Amino acid sequence: MNRRHPSNTRRTLVGFFEDEQDILAVTQEVRRAGFKIADVFAPYAVHGLDRAMGLEPSRLPLVCFLLGVLGAAFKVWFEFWTTASAWPINVGGKPWNSLPAFVPVTFEVMVLFAGVSTVIAFFIVSRFWPGKKAFIFDPAVTNDRFVLVLEETDAAFDPARLRRLFHEHNAVHVEERVED
Amino acid sequence: MATVYSVLRRPLIEGDKSLSRVTEDVCASMERKPSALWWGAFLAALTALLAGVAAVYHLLTTGIGTWGLNRTVGWAFDITNFVFWIGIGHAGTLISAILFLFRQSWRTSVNRSAEAMTIFAVMCAGIFPLIHMGRPWLAFWMFPYPNSRGSLWINFRSPLVWDFFAISTYFTISLVFWYMGLLPDLATIRDRARPGFRRSITSFFCLGWDGSYRTWLHYETVYKLLAGLATPLVVSVHTIVSWDFATSVIPGWHTTILPPYFVAGAIFSGMSMVLTLMLVVRKAMRLEQYITVDHVDKMCKLILVTSMMVGLAYLTEFFTAAYSGNRYERFAFINRALGPMGWSYWVMVVCNVLAPQMFWSKRLRGNLALVFAITVFVNIGMWFERFVIVVTSLHRDYLPSSWSSYAPTSIEIATLIGSFGLFFSCFLLFCRYIPVIAISEVKGVLSYGRSRPGGRS
Repeated sequence: MNRRHPSNTRRTLVGFFEDEQDILAVTQEVRRAGFKIADVFAPYAVHGLDRAMGLEPSRLPLVCFLLGVLGAAFKVWFEFWTTASAWPINVGGKPWNSLPAFVPVTFEVMVLFAGVSTVIAFFIVSRFWPGKKAFIFDPAVTNDRFVLVLEETDAAFDPARLRRLFHEHNAVHVEERVED
Repeated sequence: MATVYSVLRRPLIEGDKSLSRVTEDVCASMERKPSALWWGAFLAALTALLAGVAAVYHLLTTGIGTWGLNRTVGWAFDITNFVFWIGIGHAGTLISAILFLFRQSWRTSVNRSAEAMTIFAVMCAGIFPLIHMGRPWLAFWMFPYPNSRGSLWINFRSPLVWDFFAISTYFTISLVFWYMGLLPDLATIRDRARPGFRRSITSFFCLGWDGSYRTWLHYETVYKLLAGLATPLVVSVHTIVSWDFATSVIPGWHTTILPPYFVAGAIFSGMSMVLTLMLVVRKAMRLEQYITVDHVDKMCKLILVTSMMVGLAYLTEFFTAAYSGNRYERFAFINRALGPMGWSYWVMVVCNVLAPQMFWSKRLRGNLALVFAITVFVNIGMWFERFVIVVTSLHRDYLPSSWSSYAPTSIEIATLIGSFGLFFSCFLLFCRYIPVIAISEVKGVLSYGRSRPGGRS
């Protein structure tokens, strides 16, 4: 077999920008032209960039809701089991199953489950772990640079045209990168 | 003379900052050597903390008898301090969560330090119920775990158990919320620090933050969810603290107004503490363009609103007592204002209701020295409010033969001073080693790089 395998190298075109409005405009335009946006890096959460990139909304609210319900359900069951079943103790003649009195702790445990699990889920989907070595395009990304990364996917990819487009939107720097 | 008013909002951050300028300004104080002022304050706070440690050591080795409590006044200084510190914490969550949901973007300048304040205040608060247990090494008995006593479970009908769950959940969620907000800023420090300890520690804790927008999208979502969870949480926490009192049958405690009254008071006292700290921080760390007179103005208005709510609650309590026809209730309130401890009631009214009335005037809200003085008064007043609620309700109960009085011992006073020492030591360390302003959030509210009205281009 002497057919060449497609190489695993990833070729990207990287544009560096200084302003929020430039990155918004260029991202929108590039996506409209049908290019594949690998990612955009920004020093803060630029509002509207998700629409410009065509990203789906995060599904983390689902995790929050489900784990909140799970936490609350577990806690109601646990309170019922301990006070009315495992060792019922008569406290001031109150009913063993004092459902209204279980509400405060149930609420707290619901918030605890929902909050902590959402953050853990966020770490998982973002592939975060303590001490992880970040892949940084430019150290200025966490300071004042916006970076647009395009993947060169097919033959129609025209770096020259894109460079021109980047510079029209005040790109401070454009470069091609090849990763193995 | 005609005055021209602009219809545009004034920029939140003064000085027409660029993005890198914000990073520079906020990180500058962390990268300088600490000033003599910082060392002086830190050593003073540490000394106070050591006094507290000594007092707690004496308490644990000798017993609760070292406090001024007696059979009638079973709760006094300790619970006053507990409620005081928990209340201080609430403003942090108000600023970080509630104002976030209301889209008050001015909060970005103060939310980081307000959240830090919450965490330190809850730490201080947690100490008091713990040492009041008498045997704090058995504090884990509060946790429902399978044990060799039966298993004997905790009583889920007790507000004290609710409180344990509320405080520990509040602390955890506040810490997680704060840490989430810190992630992008830790990455900023990592990327500007020279190789060394600072870079290693920040790159460990920033979890590999790379600024990818996909991450930002999830991050914003999680931030919103946490804000949505923290908002009812903060209301629930002080509500539950008030239930420690309201579910008892002590006149002066047994009222339905206590939960909203406590929540309003908590935000009132916390807001004052935030302002006390911020007025010092903006001056000492040269952040006047970030925490502007406008920010101070807005916080003063919040203090004024909550002061009025607290004042209304004071009046309502008296009305309800008079209208209830219950002689014990009526006596409790007459005793509160005119009894042997009436002075503490009037300190509370003057500090909490009368002093903040000055904030009606815009000119006085702009006088920062006066604002500082009033916020200190409010802190004192709110401490006395809790003292009034706890002690004056207890010291003269149903049976005149058991009437008693209360005075704190030196050990109790040293413990209170120690809690302030802990709070300020933590806060001063925070100011040195963590960006006091949420860098990435402030960048999001600048007018830099935007074509909208008021923007640069």
